Amino acid sequence: MSGVTDQLSPANLAQAQELGLSESEWGVILDRLGRPPNQAELGIFSVMWSEHCSYKSSRRHLRKLPTTGDCVICGPGENAGVIDIGDGQACIFKMESHNHPSFIEPYQGAATGVGGIMRDVFTMGARPVALLNALRFGAPEHAKTRALVSGVVAGIGGYGNCVGVPTVGGETNFHSGYNGNILVNAMCVGIADQDSIFYSAAKGAGNPVLYVGAKTGRDGIHGATMASAEFDDETEAKRPTVQVGDPFTEKRLIEACLELMQTGCIIAIQDMGAAGLTSSSVEMADKGGVGIALNLDRVPQRETGMMPVEMMLSESQERMLIVLRQGQEAIAREIFERWELDVALIGRTTDTGHMVLTHKGEVVCDIPIGPLADDAPNYDRPWREAPLRSVFSSKDLPPCNPANALQILMQSPDMASKRWIWEQYDRHVMADTIRASGGAADAAIVRVHGTDKALAISSDCTPRYVAADAFEGGKQAVAESWRNISACGATPLAITDCLNFGNPERPEIMAQLVRAIDGMAEACAVLGFPVVSGNVSLYNETAGTAIPPTPAIGGVGLLADASKAMGFGGAQDGDALILLGKTKGWLGSSLYLREMENREEGAPPPVDLAMERCAGDFVRSVVLAGELSAVHDLSDGGLACAAAEMALASKIGLHLRGGDRLSDAAWFFGEDQGRYLLAVKPSQVEGVLSAAKMAGIEVEQIGSVGGDKIVLNGAPLALDALRDGHEGWLPNLMENE
Amino acid sequence: MKAAVIVFPGSNCDRDAVCALRNHTTRHVHRVWHRDSQLPKVDLVFIPGGFSYGDYLRSGAVAARSPIMAAIKEHALNGGLVAGICNGFQILTEARLLPGALMRNAGLKFVCKSAALTVENTKSSFTNAYFGQPTTSIPIAHHDGNYYADNETLDRLEGEGQVIFRYVDNPNGSARDIAGICNAKGNVLGMMPHPERAIDALTGETGGLGFFESLANAMAGARK
Repeated sequence: MSGVTDQLSPANLAQAQELGLSESEWGVILDRLGRPPNQAELGIFSVMWSEHCSYKSSRRHLRKLPTTGDCVICGPGENAGVIDIGDGQACIFKMESHNHPSFIEPYQGAATGVGGIMRDVFTMGARPVALLNALRFGAPEHAKTRALVSGVVAGIGGYGNCVGVPTVGGETNFHSGYNGNILVNAMCVGIADQDSIFYSAAKGAGNPVLYVGAKTGRDGIHGATMASAEFDDETEAKRPTVQVGDPFTEKRLIEACLELMQTGCIIAIQDMGAAGLTSSSVEMADKGGVGIALNLDRVPQRETGMMPVEMMLSESQERMLIVLRQGQEAIAREIFERWELDVALIGRTTDTGHMVLTHKGEVVCDIPIGPLADDAPNYDRPWREAPLRSVFSSKDLPPCNPANALQILMQSPDMASKRWIWEQYDRHVMADTIRASGGAADAAIVRVHGTDKALAISSDCTPRYVAADAFEGGKQAVAESWRNISACGATPLAITDCLNFGNPERPEIMAQLVRAIDGMAEACAVLGFPVVSGNVSLYNETAGTAIPPTPAIGGVGLLADASKAMGFGGAQDGDALILLGKTKGWLGSSLYLREMENREEGAPPPVDLAMERCAGDFVRSVVLAGELSAVHDLSDGGLACAAAEMALASKIGLHLRGGDRLSDAAWFFGEDQGRYLLAVKPSQVEGVLSAAKMAGIEVEQIGSVGGDKIVLNGAPLALDALRDGHEGWLPNLMENE
Repeated sequence: MKAAVIVFPGSNCDRDAVCALRNHTTRHVHRVWHRDSQLPKVDLVFIPGGFSYGDYLRSGAVAARSPIMAAIKEHALNGGLVAGICNGFQILTEARLLPGALMRNAGLKFVCKSAALTVENTKSSFTNAYFGQPTTSIPIAHHDGNYYADNETLDRLEGEGQVIFRYVDNPNGSARDIAGICNAKGNVLGMMPHPERAIDALTGETGGLGFFESLANAMAGARK
């Protein structure tokens, strides 16, 4: 594409295929236009119909997710989900992937992931108040892993720290299944007033279309298309498709947009994310039922000689598109100029229903909006689930020294302290962080500024369960999020999701996606935990090898009284330890089996959603009643790992007895779901036990707090040795040659 | 008693500073935009943390040349109090209101954690409330907090009681464990730790309360 004339020349099937469109999709374009598209138009179709923008493989399945509930103000379909948190306030949040770019260029890939998700949230009128990140890297010993960890963490910190939004939580896993495709999922949570929420529907013709923020360059062109294809040996060559972030501009953009929002000038606003100016303008026009005419000569440009298609597909960061009420341009211009941001009137909404682009006096694109947005392909891809694994029998496992196993598990990659990561994130800016990473709670707790309320925020997924059984794994991810929020004393309200899978054109991968969504839908329905926003990232494959299926769940809950937030760091000498929930000793797909026996097999632990709800409601009630010293949910590594985290955070030892009729491995490391470990003052023990029994929950006193060792069925482990191993693993990996 | 919090486009601790000052130092807090060339009549100028102009060059280098800085220099020259926290400290060294420089952390990474501090001088306008309790804990969050000055300057700072805070466990390579200093006159302070984040037990620590109480004492004393 070397000149304007080339842009206007008719495209052909081969060119469409090169941009990732199929023969049938090409046929639809010809049919809807009644002519072949020109080069610019083809580029626009290719990004709008990319998997990343159109959700063409997942759309029909996503519809199964519950998206309504008492707290839901706005569900999926807007830039982010909106829920009611009382007092006329709303919480606006979303999680999004930036996997492909982060693998190619980890610093900028991760940084722009953070920037993008923040824009989705402040676009709707919310001030971002918290960031979380769900990260999955390849095996620690893989040649690329350390550089990727280092770059991604620096990128996340470099962006969030500068903008001044605290990074309060997240999760990090390592597994060889991510060697060729890491996952970087960023979540942003914001707070807005309910009477000041902004949407993307550009209603009304003749209104000015304002471009604000950074200039447009050639970075990120076809990023959405890249994120819709597998990696191969040529991946390195895709580096130019990665965007470059500028958090200082983002900070100014946040302040300027929030200021403009107070003026009443805005009809619609949308950030330019994936597929940049194309998707933002098409989505705003489509939702508003209008057409849009843009003069591309007016687009602020960072480089010379940019072609229309380059401007339309650029994914340059920190840009917003705003449709204003007529005659209000001067107000907007004053605000953006004061914040030293580019501002340009680049077009108007129209009543034609078409997107018309002009460049150097020529119409370079004239296509109906309907086909671009609503007529995007919607596939019912074939799926075929692999035979389900049988339940693992632990009878033939070698005997276990539980103290030894605990030491090994607590310094294994997934369990080891991630301090090396979160100490690089500003967790306290805005001065409302009550619990962040390292804060010894199951969820991050962030006070709603100027109130006594707090949000509890958690990010969860156990990919090895989803790989073993996508339905149960999807269910479990939602249940664990609900459990983590409940353990803090908060009421779980709603979730966002980030569905990371391989190539959906392969039936076994499509089956993972379909079944995980089915499992999530069931859990959301039973737990009353609707999905309000989300993102799907497919084609996370390299040379035919897909990632473990990873539906990351970002949950949000509310605490009416922030001072009641509970964590697992408060266990006191003499406290009794109470185990809540049923223990069968489930070792299939457990961390113990993987780390100790090098076996990734067996069905994952099933979640009994009715019992989950019962146990969570009970835990929340005793937390709020002030009856506990500490509480921790049981997840990876089961009872012993939860107890170890409680002991480390509380800086005191504890004793746990052995299990009845269960081996030490099954009792201490089984991963039965729906369980919590409670530290309770002696005077409260009887009350908590009887109340739990009354609620129909299995409960037993299994140990006590005290000393400087963890003693598991008589086997001692010094707290200091445990801490050294737990804290030492990641620094050793990252800083020793 | 009045205070001004300077707001650069990339300041991100300005709101926290305003809240902390209002709750613990004075009800009268103005926000002053970096492009203004005059200060309102105040006793204290507070330069908050953040990334003033993005800090892609040297942290604080561009901000030190912004229009408001001339007024701040004049305020300092007239004996008015100036406190720079984190990026504010970087700006004050770049503006030559304080000696030395803040280099990239020795570990080359951003560091956010609680820092145990000794209060080396409990007579200053910024630390008088720590009298008799010369240790505290205040969080740090910075990439460029590695304090550097030549030995002669360091000797003079130490000799004249201008070292105000020292790290117990040096997190960033700072010369002589320095976390905060003041000028020779004692009215301009820069420190890397964030006292405005350590004033509420619910959000962590309270080791910064003494800082804001000290300022209130100093401002009240100056008015007498």
